[in-house]
Amino acid sequence: MTHFPILSLITFLPLVGALFIMAVRGDATVVAQNARSVALWTSGVNFLLSLVLWFNFDTATAAFQFEEKAEWMPVFNVTYHMGVDGISMLFVLLTTLLTPVCVLASWDSIKDRVKEYMIAFLVMETMMVGMFCALDMVLFYIFFEGVLLPMFLIIGVWGGPRRVYSAFKFFLYTLAGSVLMLLAMLAMYFDAGTTDVPALMKHAFPVAMQPWLWLAFFASFAVKVPMWPVHTWLPDAHVEAPTAGSVILAGVLLKFGGYGFLRFSLPMFPEATVMFTPLIYTLSIVAVIYTSLVALAQEDMKKLIAYSSVAHMGFVTVGAFTLTVQGIEGAIYQMLSHGVVSAALFLVVGVVYDRMHSREIAAYGGLVHRMPAYSLIFMLFMLASVGLPGTGGFVGEFLVLVGAFQANSWVALFTATGVILGAVYMLFLYRRVIFGKLTKESLMKIADMSPREMAVFAPLVVLVLWMGVYPSSFLDVMHVSVADLLKNFEAARAAAETLAVAAN
Amino acid sequence: MLYFAAVFLPLLGSAAAGVLTFLAPPVEEKERRHRYDTAAQWLTSGPLLLSTVLAWIIFFDVTMGGNARTVDLFTWIDSGALEVSWALRVDSLTAVMMIVVTTVSAMVHVYSHGYMHHDRSIPRFQSYLSLFTFFMLMLVTADNLIQLFFGWEGVGLASYLLIGFWYDKPSANAAAIKAFVVNRVGDFGFALGIFTVFVMFQSVSFDTIFAAAPDKADATIQVFGGEFHALTVACLLLFVGAMGKSAQLGLHTWLPDAMEGPTPVSALIHAATMVTAGIFMVARLSPLFEFSDTALAVVTIVGASTAIFAATVGCVQNDIKRVIAYSTCSQLGYMFFACGVSAYSAGIFHLMTHGFFKALLFLGAGSVIHAMSDEQDMRRMGGIWKSIPVTYALMWIGSIALMGLGIPGLNLGFAGFYSKDVILEAAYAAHSGVGAYAFWLGVLAAFLTAFYSGRLIFMTFHGQPRADEKVMAHVHESPMIMIAPLLVLAAGAVAAGFLGYAYFVGHDTVAFWGNSILVLDKHPALEHAHHVPTWVKLAPIVVGFGGLILSFVFYVAVPSIPGALANFFQGTYRFLLNKWYFDELYDALFVRPAFVLGRGFWKAGDGALIDGVGPDGIAAATRGIARRAGRLQSGFVYHYAFAMLIGVVVLITWYLLSHAG
Repeated sequence: MTHFPILSLITFLPLVGALFIMAVRGDATVVAQNARSVALWTSGVNFLLSLVLWFNFDTATAAFQFEEKAEWMPVFNVTYHMGVDGISMLFVLLTTLLTPVCVLASWDSIKDRVKEYMIAFLVMETMMVGMFCALDMVLFYIFFEGVLLPMFLIIGVWGGPRRVYSAFKFFLYTLAGSVLMLLAMLAMYFDAGTTDVPALMKHAFPVAMQPWLWLAFFASFAVKVPMWPVHTWLPDAHVEAPTAGSVILAGVLLKFGGYGFLRFSLPMFPEATVMFTPLIYTLSIVAVIYTSLVALAQEDMKKLIAYSSVAHMGFVTVGAFTLTVQGIEGAIYQMLSHGVVSAALFLVVGVVYDRMHSREIAAYGGLVHRMPAYSLIFMLFMLASVGLPGTGGFVGEFLVLVGAFQANSWVALFTATGVILGAVYMLFLYRRVIFGKLTKESLMKIADMSPREMAVFAPLVVLVLWMGVYPSSFLDVMHVSVADLLKNFEAARAAAETLAVAAN
Repeated sequence: MLYFAAVFLPLLGSAAAGVLTFLAPPVEEKERRHRYDTAAQWLTSGPLLLSTVLAWIIFFDVTMGGNARTVDLFTWIDSGALEVSWALRVDSLTAVMMIVVTTVSAMVHVYSHGYMHHDRSIPRFQSYLSLFTFFMLMLVTADNLIQLFFGWEGVGLASYLLIGFWYDKPSANAAAIKAFVVNRVGDFGFALGIFTVFVMFQSVSFDTIFAAAPDKADATIQVFGGEFHALTVACLLLFVGAMGKSAQLGLHTWLPDAMEGPTPVSALIHAATMVTAGIFMVARLSPLFEFSDTALAVVTIVGASTAIFAATVGCVQNDIKRVIAYSTCSQLGYMFFACGVSAYSAGIFHLMTHGFFKALLFLGAGSVIHAMSDEQDMRRMGGIWKSIPVTYALMWIGSIALMGLGIPGLNLGFAGFYSKDVILEAAYAAHSGVGAYAFWLGVLAAFLTAFYSGRLIFMTFHGQPRADEKVMAHVHESPMIMIAPLLVLAAGAVAAGFLGYAYFVGHDTVAFWGNSILVLDKHPALEHAHHVPTWVKLAPIVVGFGGLILSFVFYVAVPSIPGALANFFQGTYRFLLNKWYFDELYDALFVRPAFVLGRGFWKAGDGALIDGVGPDGIAAATRGIARRAGRLQSGFVYHYAFAMLIGVVVLITWYLLSHAG
C-alpha cells in the first residue's frame, strides 16, 4: 500500500465531522447553525475528494483500485480491505453527492435536535461509503448493518406521526434478512477460510452449498432492494421519514440490495444464480406490474413515489440476472439514475411539504399558477422517472430491457409494461398536484422555490440530463468490470460443469 | 454544420423563449409584458425561419445534388455490442421531411403571433412549439433506431405539453395524459421491435441493419414461446409504434381528444408533422419491411381500415376541429396502405401534400374559430362566408386539395389530386387481395372525404347564421400575420402536387429518392400504377365530385335530409357519433380495471395479506406468545414442577427414540 489512503479518508471524514459537531457546545441556535455548517462543509469537501476517485479511475482494468489492506483480526484472517471497481465506484460518488444535498435540504425544515440530526447523517455517510468500498466480508457486514442505526433514528426521531411503527418495521425487516446473511457468511468463512471478497470471488463454492448461501444472501438483499413481497416496509418508512431521510433511503440504501447481488450472489454463487433466475424474474415482474398499479391508487405523494421506487428497482433485479452486458450495465445505470431521480422526487415533495405540511395529493392542485419554477423541475424529474429518452431514466431502463429481451423475451415483454404504467401514475400525479385551477384557499399564498432550494436541485438537474445525453461518462467506468464479471461467471460455470461431468 | 444549425436552431429558440417565460413580468403590466411576448415570438420564429431556409437548401442539395450525408456528433449509448451515436443522417427521405416540418412549423410559429394574441402564456407556447420542432427534426435525422425513439418520445412529450397547454381545463389535461399514454402503448411495441432488431443484427444503426437485412430475409427468431420469421416479428412490433404515433385504428383514440390543444398545435403536430412520423418510420425502414410480406399486408389492412373508419366518423362530428382530426386519421390510413403495397414514395408524397393542405385547413379553421369568438361547434356557425372571404376561399382551396378533385383529362388539380390518386392506383396495381381491399375501401373513403369536407364548408360558411347576434356582430377577418402563413400553405396545397409529381412518384423518382427507400422488384405496384385502366384513374374523382354534390344537397339544397336520416338510422348514427364506442370499450377494459386492481392490490395485497400475515401478524403473534408465556409464570410451585416433569419425559423419550434406531 504505497498510495494515499483516499478511500479511508472519504469513508471516515464524515465521522470526523460528526465528532466535531458533537464537541460543539453553547447556545441552542448557535449550536444548530454550527452543526449545519459543519455538516455541509464536511460532506461538501468529501464530495470533492470523491471526485478524485473518478478522475483517477482507470477504466481499462477490472481490478480493484485505490486498494488499502491492513491486518485487522489476524486470528480469523480478517483484514481491513478497501477498494473500488467499475461497479462500486459510481455508487460512492452518488453517496457523497446526495449527502450534502440532504444537509442543504434539511437546512430549514429540521428545527429540533439539529445537532443530533446532522451527526446521524454524517455517520450514515460513513457507513454507506464504507459499504461500497469494503472488500472484506466482515467489514462489509459492519457497514451494511451499521447504516440501519442512523436511519432508524432519523425515521424514529424526526419522522411523522406513525414514525415509531415505521422505524421498527424498517429495522426488523432489514435485520431479519441480515441475520441469515450473517449465517451464510460464517458458512462461507468455514468453507473458504477467508473473508476477503476478491478471494471469495475466486473461490469455487460447492454446488450443493450454493443454493443455501444464495438464498441467505437473497433474504437480505431482497429486503433492501426491496423486492415483492418484502417491500411493504418501504412505503411506510418513506412516508414517515423526514424528506432528507427519504432521499437517502431511496437514493442510496435501496442500492445496497442491487449492489449486493452484483458483488456477492452473482460472482460467488454462479450455479445458484442460474438456478434461481426464474424466481428473480417472477418476483421482479410482479413487482413492476403490481406496485405500478398500487402506485396508481395512492393518495399520498410520498407513498406513490415509494411504490414507484419498488417498480423501478424491479428493473434492476431483472437486469442484473439477465447475465448480459446490457442487462447488468443497465441495472447499474438504473440504480444510479434512480438514485438521482427518486432522490429529486422526494425533494420535490419535500418542497411543498415544508410549506403546507401535507403529503395528501388532494390537498394540492393548480400549483403551476404560483410555482412555475417548481413545476418545471417537477416536470423534469417526473419525465426522468417515466424514462423519457434524453433523461437518465431512459438509458437504464432501456439497457435492462435490451438485456432481458436477449435472455427471455417474455420477461422483457412483461417488464416493459412497467414503462406504460409508469407514465400513467406519474402523469396522473403531476396533473393532480400541478395542473388545474388554483382553487384551494390554503394554496393562494404558496411561494415558489427559494434560492437555497434551487441550489439543492441544481446538481441533480444537471446530472439527470447529463446521464441522459452523454451516458458514456458513466458507462465507460463500468464496461471492463462488468465484462470481467460475466467472463468469470461463465468460467466458473464451465468449471462446475466439468466437475459435474467428472464426478459422473 | 449546416445540418447542425438546421436542427439545433429551434432548440436554441425554445430555450430562449423558455427563459423569457420566467423573466416575463405579470400579465397586469401590459406594456412590458407585451414586449416580452413579442421578443419570445421573434426569438422562436426567427431561428425557425432560418432553419426553414437551411432545410430548403439542404433539400435541393440532397435530392438534386445527390449529396446524402450522415454527420456523427458523439457517442450516446455504448454497452457491449449496443453502440449508438447522436447523428444527423440526411438523405432524400429526411430532406423531404425536413422541409415539411420546418416550413409548416415556421408558418405555424408566425400564425401563432396573431392567434395566441390574447393568451397569457405566449413565451411558454412559443417555447413548446420550437421544442417540438427540434424533437421532430431529431426524429427525421436519426441514423439509428434509438435516436428515432428519442425524437419519437420527444415529440410525444411536446404533444403532451401542448395538448395540455391550457392546464386549467380538466378536459385538456385528460386529453394530454391520454395522448401520452396511448402513445406509450405504441412505444412499448416500438421498443420491443428495437430489441428484436438488435437481437437479430447486433446493431441498431440503419446502415448496418439495412445492409444485413437481405441475408436475414429468411431468418427465424425464438421469441414469445415460438419460432417466427424474424423480420416479420420485428416489423410488426415496430409498426405498433407507428400505429400509436399515427393514430391508426385501435390506437387512434387520443387524436380527436388532442384537439383540446390550441389550434396552431393541431395544425402543426396533429396534422402535418408528428402524426406522420409513423409513415416516415415505415418508409425509413422499407429495407426491413420489404422482406416481410406479412408485415406489409398488415400495414395495408390497418391503413385501409383506418381510412374508412375515420372517414365514417368524420361525417357526423359537429366540432369543426374534430372533423378535420378524423380526416387526418383517415388520410394517414391512405399513407399507410400506400406503404403497405410498397409504394412508399407515394405515401411520402401524400404526406407532404397533406402536410400543406391539412395545416391550411386547420389554421383556416383556427381563423374561423378566431372570428367566431372561440366557437368550435359547426351547428352554431353558418352564413359567415361574406364576412371572412379570404378565410373562406382558403378553406375551399384546402378542401379541394383534400378531396383530390381535379380535371382528369388535363391532369390538372390541387395537391391531393396527384397524391391520393397515385396511392389508389398503386393499391389497385398491387394485384393482391389486400391491395384490392385497400383500393375499394380507399375509393369509398374518398367519397366520404369529399362528403365531410363539403359538409364542413357548407355548415360553417353557408346557410342561415346560427350563432347569436353578439358573436355575429363580432365576426371579422383575421389579421395579416395570420393570413400570410395561410397564403404560403395555400400555395403549397395548390402547387405541391403538380410540382412534385415527377420527382416523388413520376419518371424522375429513382434519381430523386436515391438509396433512401428500398423497393424490391417483386413489389412493382408503383411502377404499374401508371398503367392502370382508365376507370381506376377516374374513380376517385368521380366519387369525389359525388361526395361533394351529396353534401351540397344535404346541407344547402335540402337541409332537412341529415336530421331525417339520423332519426331513421338512429342506431348507426349513434354508433358513428360515439366513434364506434372505442373510448367506452377501453375505459371498461383497461382504465377502470387498472384503478380497481391498484386499489385492491394495495388494500388487500399489501395491507391485509403481506402486512397482515407478515410483520404485523408476526408482531401480533409474538405479543400473544409473550402474554401466554407470561401467564405460565404463575408463582405456584406445582405448576413449575409439572412443567419440569413434562420436560424430563420429553427428553427421555427423545433420547430413547433417537438411540433406538
